[in-house]
Amino acid sequence: MDSVAPVKMLTVLGAICLVAIAAVIGWAREPRQYRADPPVSAALDQLRLMPDGIGGTSPEVYFAMGKPYESTGFDLSQGKRLYSWFGCSQCHGDGRGGKGPSFIDGWWLYGPSMVSIVASIRNGRPHGMPAFKDKMTSDQIWQLAGYVRSMGAYSASVVAPSRNDDKTSRPAENRAPAAILFDEGPIPVHPKQGPSP
Amino acid sequence: MKAAVVIIIAALLAGCGGNQSALDPHGASSVALKDLIVLFALICSVIWLLVTGFLLWAVMRRRAEARRDPAAERRMTVAVRASMTATVVIVAGLTVASFHTTQSLHSGADAPVFVSVKGQQWWWQFTYRDGNQAPLFQTANEIHIPVGKDVRLELESIDVIHSLWIPSLAGKLDLIPGRKNVLTLRADRPGTYRGQCAEFCGLQHGHMALLVIAQDDSSYRQWVAAQAAPAAEPSDAEAAAGKAVFMSKPCAACHTVRGTPATGSSGPDLTHVGGRQTIGAGLLETTRGSLAAWIADPQTLKPGNNMPLVPLTGEELRQLSAYMEGLR
Repeated sequence: MDSVAPVKMLTVLGAICLVAIAAVIGWAREPRQYRADPPVSAALDQLRLMPDGIGGTSPEVYFAMGKPYESTGFDLSQGKRLYSWFGCSQCHGDGRGGKGPSFIDGWWLYGPSMVSIVASIRNGRPHGMPAFKDKMTSDQIWQLAGYVRSMGAYSASVVAPSRNDDKTSRPAENRAPAAILFDEGPIPVHPKQGPSP
Repeated sequence: MKAAVVIIIAALLAGCGGNQSALDPHGASSVALKDLIVLFALICSVIWLLVTGFLLWAVMRRRAEARRDPAAERRMTVAVRASMTATVVIVAGLTVASFHTTQSLHSGADAPVFVSVKGQQWWWQFTYRDGNQAPLFQTANEIHIPVGKDVRLELESIDVIHSLWIPSLAGKLDLIPGRKNVLTLRADRPGTYRGQCAEFCGLQHGHMALLVIAQDDSSYRQWVAAQAAPAAEPSDAEAAAGKAVFMSKPCAACHTVRGTPATGSSGPDLTHVGGRQTIGAGLLETTRGSLAAWIADPQTLKPGNNMPLVPLTGEELRQLSAYMEGLR
């Protein structure tokens, strides 16, 4: 009996500590950086692309930073703002395309990797995509690329950009908008289920 | 002791003055509102003192022995009836006074000056209109009005609910998306009055201020003529280079400078930005340095606002700030 009580107490104490730690982690806000440090910004420009401009490797610094432009809500939200500020929707619509290609049809003309999307925004592409390297900073280009990538993601994500203020016209960015393209059609309803059993 | 009390009261009352205070009114409707505030405060203070006094008296007095005294009962009945009647009369009277004041605020149906106000996150867009409602010119975060004349403000919002409050001149009125509210402004004395958004509207709600500059008729006309004119041409080579930077960078996509190809409409009209007292909706005084700082890093100065950082070299930034400062 005496040996059980301390174990019980330790368990309770441990649980309290866990809750406290979780509360502290939840309270500590993701740090926000409104502009990248100049060396980081310069390093982000060092894209290593394949000779045909499709695919390649992101700069080392991107991995050293922990791939923030795909994985933090703040950067994705900034990307979403940049998407409207720089008039991307003029050609790409809400992601469904128009004059420019769609982002949510599961097909990436230059591959789905971050580095390709960054290169497309930064240097432009043939058939009308302008270069934005003189109009945006490097970290803005990366934020925008992260957002564009999330618009047509194949798999669901735990991070999401801010919500739309107006009516949504496509699936939310964190819910794998492009995954549906790989579904094998609707799953048939069991005869005993559905609106008229 | 007496001197100390006088000093403390003076120090406390000093907060009631200034160019943004409902207790220091300079316009017809704000005077009416101040009178109403004073009336309410006086009557309610008297009532509060009476109630507190009676409460103290009831607590302190010796408990009477339990005996029935018909005369005392009658006195109490009369007292209760009298105070109930007084309550009804006072509440009704204050309601009538409030209603009367509210009625008197809406006077300018055919005001000589007509301005549309669009509240947005987080600045004020003002469009002056002529008699036929056609737009004359647009400005931001600063309006000039003629002294002693009614100014009709039509309030709209393009995103969330804002509220326009210029305490020295008028009461506050909300700007509601999809709706037009009308506020009549009238300044009785020349001066610069500050106003603010009075409805929490997001991250930079605290940096959404505006200035109302009341001028005599002739200087007001001069100002209108100057504002209606297109932008000044750059006066030197540096500013001319700055103009070229403005046109080649993304600035022109959101900002208008009348008389140039820049016709964007989602940001403030910059045709006469150098002539305004503040930038960023009351954030900074307009100087060449503050303009450059704002362009160099708007998100650090006012986090969350809708102006992106545009990459510029030091040279381009100098030229651009010279051009902006020259747009008077």
